[in-house]
Amino acid sequence: MDLFIEQTVSGLATGAIYACLALAVVMIYQAIDHFNFAQGEMAMFSTYIAWYLMDDAGLGLPFWVAFVACIVLSFIGGAAIERIVFAPISDAPVLSHIIVFIALFSMFNSLAGFLFDFTPKNFETPFGHTPFIDGVISSHRVGMIAVTLILLGLIYAFFRFTPIGLAMRAAAASPESARLVGVRVGFMLALGWGLAASVGAVAGMLIAPITFLTPDMMLGTLLYGFAGAVVGGLTSPLGAVIGGFMVGILENWMGTFVVGSQLKLTVALVLIIVVLLVKPAGLLGRVVVKRV
Amino acid sequence: MKMLTTTMVSAVALTLAIGAAEARNAPGVTAKEIKIGNTNPYSGPAAAYSAIAKAIGACFDMQNGEGGVNGRQINFISVDDGYSPPRTVEQTRKLVEREKVAFLFQGLGTPTNSAVHTYMNKKKVPQLFVATGATKWGDPKNFPWTMGWQPNYQSEGIAYARYLLENNPDAKIGILYQNDDYGKDYVHGLENGLGAKAASMIIARESFEVTDPTVDSPIVNLKNSGADTFYNISTPKFAAQAIAKNFELNWAPLHLLNSVSNSIGSVVSKAGFEKGQGMISAAYLMDPTDPEWKSHDEYKAWNAWMDEYYPDGDKADSFTVLGYSACKTMIHVLENAGDDLSRENIMAQAASMKNYRAPMLLPGIKINTSASDFYPIEQWQLMRLKGEGWERFGDIIDGAVGSGS
Repeated sequence: MDLFIEQTVSGLATGAIYACLALAVVMIYQAIDHFNFAQGEMAMFSTYIAWYLMDDAGLGLPFWVAFVACIVLSFIGGAAIERIVFAPISDAPVLSHIIVFIALFSMFNSLAGFLFDFTPKNFETPFGHTPFIDGVISSHRVGMIAVTLILLGLIYAFFRFTPIGLAMRAAAASPESARLVGVRVGFMLALGWGLAASVGAVAGMLIAPITFLTPDMMLGTLLYGFAGAVVGGLTSPLGAVIGGFMVGILENWMGTFVVGSQLKLTVALVLIIVVLLVKPAGLLGRVVVKRV
Repeated sequence: MKMLTTTMVSAVALTLAIGAAEARNAPGVTAKEIKIGNTNPYSGPAAAYSAIAKAIGACFDMQNGEGGVNGRQINFISVDDGYSPPRTVEQTRKLVEREKVAFLFQGLGTPTNSAVHTYMNKKKVPQLFVATGATKWGDPKNFPWTMGWQPNYQSEGIAYARYLLENNPDAKIGILYQNDDYGKDYVHGLENGLGAKAASMIIARESFEVTDPTVDSPIVNLKNSGADTFYNISTPKFAAQAIAKNFELNWAPLHLLNSVSNSIGSVVSKAGFEKGQGMISAAYLMDPTDPEWKSHDEYKAWNAWMDEYYPDGDKADSFTVLGYSACKTMIHVLENAGDDLSRENIMAQAASMKNYRAPMLLPGIKINTSASDFYPIEQWQLMRLKGEGWERFGDIIDGAVGSGS
């Protein structure tokens, strides 16, 4: 029974990682109606910026100053990517966008390695690594779950209650109609990219103290994040968070009690396929009907 | 007339003899030069390893400054493969077929060397002292042109097994390993070393994939298995995670950390020294940061060489020590080959080293090879984390593959 509880709590903590990243995935999906394959690498790069701002070898700023600065910088960076790279090809087919996503993926990965090298870096946490429940969960992991839930609340409120959130959803769902009612679609897209980059930055800063900061830290994580987002529904922030936690816990249960550790990754992939087959919109996503 | 004939005959004989000698020498060998090829990751995720090739280049520079090897200068051609096997193939073919190097030396990486393993053996070009710890390089029957240098992963597993059998024969071992050839090599070594007791001593095995974000879940399982000894076979990022996670779970087994991840700078200090106290790992080279060696002649020579020939290099980086020591081994082999620099003889010399001590190996460790033993270094010394450094203890342990109890 001990093992069951420990694996569940550990899955919950890992699930928080996935939930964070799934939130960023949902954010960008709401804004541009696509997956962004470079999401994980952008988040990783943001985390390196935060590390540089904080580390003694860099600027040596206090954690919270670096935290806020990193979010702001990531926002500007995300918006800039949309303006510089995606605005010119906004009418191009989806395939072109996907190629650019992959290009960005590889650019951020190489750039991080080139600038900061490949050895693992230690990333500070304001929550500390002291045991929260002795031998089960540490204070950082509890802090991380809390921040994920706060982030969820903010994003939910943003889309639900602010006019700009509504405009953004409109711009993604139906650009033409949105434009006709006076929404500046280009501006909304840039805003969406900026916000997604900021959410990714927060996710990166929460994940790095656990996984250690390396250029490849998001490689596998993003896959689980995608799985979380798909399970919960790509259009629902709450669904993404629930999906992330579910993937984390399921992965541990399956790995420990059912299929063994060698097939854990497969579980995430099977989950994506099953959900897409059975309930394509995810647990909480809304069914999108498109007129052809 | 008779004299003329004799002269002519001897002249022809002489020409033939010279021709034969030249034919015997490998391509890339002239009276003044030996061309040696190398592939290394100067770019990409494994770029940190290129410090080894840079050190080797600097070491050959010093040798050339001192007159080369038997009057020949060494022309070390090291090219970038980005740790990508297809590029290794392309670069290796270029080195062998266009540059016409005599042989390859210290090519870096297991997947990269694997990609050209068959090619080199088909072409009968020596693939000497490859810079990887995989056990597969010591297979003279099937691959007589390939040889490793550093001790292989299995031998390290055997060294830990010997330690356990001697000090804690009732240990309950839980293994965490990366699910690939590297991880399985280490597991295999431990099993070999434990021999008949492997089945009863190893009570849990948990694997992880390189794509996994964390190793939390397998460690929770190992803790719950009741293991009192934790055999940690993981690369730096995961090793640091494991050290931190054990601490978080209040799990304090005897922690055997594979040498792949025993760097103080990039693993132990990142995880936190207080979390890793008492861990055991293994070494075969002198640690350049260990004050114990400051007065050792070999350290002094290495230090002077770093200052003069590789001033950009990091003196705390053990890769520079590895490169230097491997380069000295290569020079030793070439010196022994004398003027017969055929590929066959270079290989034969590499396979007949007897108690050779390459500088900067730990005292007591010797290199031995034979026609049937293509594992140059197979000895280890264990060390324990104390404070902010490793403290070596016990005798040199022999980890020869197949020498399990």
